[in-house]
Amino acid sequence: MTVEIGHIALILALCVAVFQSVIPLIGAQTNNSRMMEFGDRAAVGQFLLLAFAFVCLTLVFVASDFSVKLAALHSHSDKPLLYKISGVWGNHEGSILLWILMMAGYGAFVPVLGKALPPGLKARAVAVQAMLGVGFLAFILFTSNPFERLNPIPMNGNGLNPVLQDPGLAFHPPFLYLGYVGFSLPFSFAVAALLEGRVDAVWAKWLRPWVLIAWSFLTIGIALGSFWAYYELGWGGWWMWDPVENVSFMPWLAGTALLHSIMVLGTRHSMASWTVLLAITTFALSLIGTFVVRSGVLVSVHAFAVDPERGVFLLALLGLATGGALTLYAMRSHTLRDTSPLSATSRDGALVLNNLLLITALATVFLGTFYPIFIDAMDGAKISVGAPYFELTFAPIMCLLILFMGIGPMLKWRNDSLKRLRRPTLISLLAFGVIFALTALFGKSILGAIVLGLSAWLAVGTCIALGRKTKWSLKGVRAQPAATWGFVGAHLGMAIFTAAATSMSVWAETDIGTLKPGESLTLSGYTYTLQDVTGGKRDNYDYFGGDIRVTKAGRNIATLSTERRYFPVRNQITTEAGLRLSLGQTLFASIGEGDPEGGFVVQVYRHPFVVWIWLSALLMALSGFVSLADRRLHLPKREPIE
Amino acid sequence: MNLRGLIPLTAFAALIGFLAFSLTRDPRILPSELIEKPFPAFELPDLADTQTFDISLLEGRVSLVNVFGSWCAACVVEHPQLMALKNTLDLQLVGIDWRDNRQSANRWLVKHGNPFDAIIFDGNSRLIVPLGVTGAPETFIVDRNGLIRYKHVGVITPEVWTKTLRPLVESLQVASLQAASLQAAPL
Repeated sequence: MTVEIGHIALILALCVAVFQSVIPLIGAQTNNSRMMEFGDRAAVGQFLLLAFAFVCLTLVFVASDFSVKLAALHSHSDKPLLYKISGVWGNHEGSILLWILMMAGYGAFVPVLGKALPPGLKARAVAVQAMLGVGFLAFILFTSNPFERLNPIPMNGNGLNPVLQDPGLAFHPPFLYLGYVGFSLPFSFAVAALLEGRVDAVWAKWLRPWVLIAWSFLTIGIALGSFWAYYELGWGGWWMWDPVENVSFMPWLAGTALLHSIMVLGTRHSMASWTVLLAITTFALSLIGTFVVRSGVLVSVHAFAVDPERGVFLLALLGLATGGALTLYAMRSHTLRDTSPLSATSRDGALVLNNLLLITALATVFLGTFYPIFIDAMDGAKISVGAPYFELTFAPIMCLLILFMGIGPMLKWRNDSLKRLRRPTLISLLAFGVIFALTALFGKSILGAIVLGLSAWLAVGTCIALGRKTKWSLKGVRAQPAATWGFVGAHLGMAIFTAAATSMSVWAETDIGTLKPGESLTLSGYTYTLQDVTGGKRDNYDYFGGDIRVTKAGRNIATLSTERRYFPVRNQITTEAGLRLSLGQTLFASIGEGDPEGGFVVQVYRHPFVVWIWLSALLMALSGFVSLADRRLHLPKREPIE
Repeated sequence: MNLRGLIPLTAFAALIGFLAFSLTRDPRILPSELIEKPFPAFELPDLADTQTFDISLLEGRVSLVNVFGSWCAACVVEHPQLMALKNTLDLQLVGIDWRDNRQSANRWLVKHGNPFDAIIFDGNSRLIVPLGVTGAPETFIVDRNGLIRYKHVGVITPEVWTKTLRPLVESLQVASLQAASLQAAPL
């Protein structure tokens, strides 16, 4: 019964969404407040129905009801409870349901938290949000129904892909989707603004927290994914410029640009049409990401169930949503006029530059990711674009961005003079010089020294900007609004991230060898000795593996346990790397094929400061949440009109 | 309506065009760089670990080299087709047992049958990497001179065999027969 009730809830949600996408629009056009209010109730109702459907599907997985095709394909009765639950979104159908649930959830927040919004804008935004819902609900009901039954009922399920049976991956997709889907609200509000022909400070102020939320979640989602890939895939890297990684990174870049341009719009009433375009682009990139991952048009390590029919449907959805919004943009963008011109030497000007650089960076990632498709379409040649391209194009743009990030925030809004910047620039330059010289001397890498120097430049510049805001007094520190701390945290996070990523690419070391138990490998002073290798059976897999003892100059440093697991249900092998995470050197070892006589292939790594990559990402995300507390973002309460 | 406003829409329309085209293509099909090139040199043990094979294994006979492993689910699907090829034509079937251990490979072959005339054991991907193999099963057709003539990614279905591989193998055999007879009886 649960299954049928869930299915019916899903169908009802579609019906509600259809009405929600039409009635409030008519209401806004004819200024009929009852029709507009219908949208508010429908948004909440749609969300409740979807939440109910989602709970039903979760119950199916928890109860291991294998009469449901999805559970039979992706679950197994021997699976730990956590993975039974995460199995709900560890597959195509369930993850789309989670996506829709979140989209409706964001939509339901509009009437709940947006009481101060102009009713016309709110009604239109709610309607657009519902249109997106209709598209995705039709997609799930017609091509990817999670409640499909199976006959005959299998004895047991296929099991979740073992690579996905990991706490990191249980939480990676929900966070990623909270980010992706979170950008649907800016999209809906952008379209609503185009319909109204008006974008103003209220629009920007109300929307900025939502951009911040989506951006912060996306940051966490990407960081979790990167961390998971680092320790689960066991290849010793944290980012490989894989197409699926890139498509999650592109909305992040666009979202970062949006975060800054919406600030200009809220404060200075300029960059209106640009901000609207960015809001549309960011969500379009999220949709493109979904399309790429699920249609299999690009070769990637992240294989979702690939189905051409779904690809066509998703492409149509992407085309309709983005194409519709951009058509509206073409027709109406000239009505969104900026009220004040921008001066180059001002915070506004610096933020324009920030946007330009971020979009250029986005363009290089975009080009690298889709180049294989373009080339294949032009002359049928098959090529792939790898990390060297991205390092060559993306990294210099980011360096330039950091250069300006170090001074931009010191500028005042409206108009400023470069003279005022002379002293802080000199101090930052000094920091750059010191770090550059020290790194070049001890690290023996000019490139590494330049980028580490830039991180110092950014960190010092950020601190000076904070000092100037507080007028160098404790009272000033206390008086700072939350947004200041958000800015400081995020920019310092970026400085730390840059330094950590650079250390990884310049000073990481690796070695590989075939070891019998008792033999060892030596890598830059550390001796890795393979201990006894044992095997056996556990939960739902067979394994063999052993400890690798790491010593330095006779002193015990760590014992790394590494394993290879074989999952008979899926006929799949995974590697569990042994690692000792530390704020300094992270030591990492993974065991490969082999036998006790011939020895096992063992790969060892020494990764300096790699942990800071994820910690700094976390700091950036937290800073986003801190900014939410800023009072200036809260709209004045509107008196209810009787 | 202004022209500047149309730029994003136009760019997006072009992108949709490319994406729609990409749906009609399978990105996993890659032409091998090794076609018409000599099979890479190797020195690897056989599955029983009783002898060592090198490139001379592939000389003098047309060979079908098949990458498989006991862990490979699709190989089970392909296997009946290979079994059907056993002892037909003048074709040498060479298996490369990849990322496997000997025990489970033997068990697998006992269970499903052994179609191969020779099995190279490549547990650590020594030969697989220079061959540019992306996954199992993958199949190479090698001519009498040790040149790779064709690469097939994925399962050899009966259709692939009759439409593509069989004509190629037969033409290679005819070509080498002609070459041999020309040498034997110079005009």
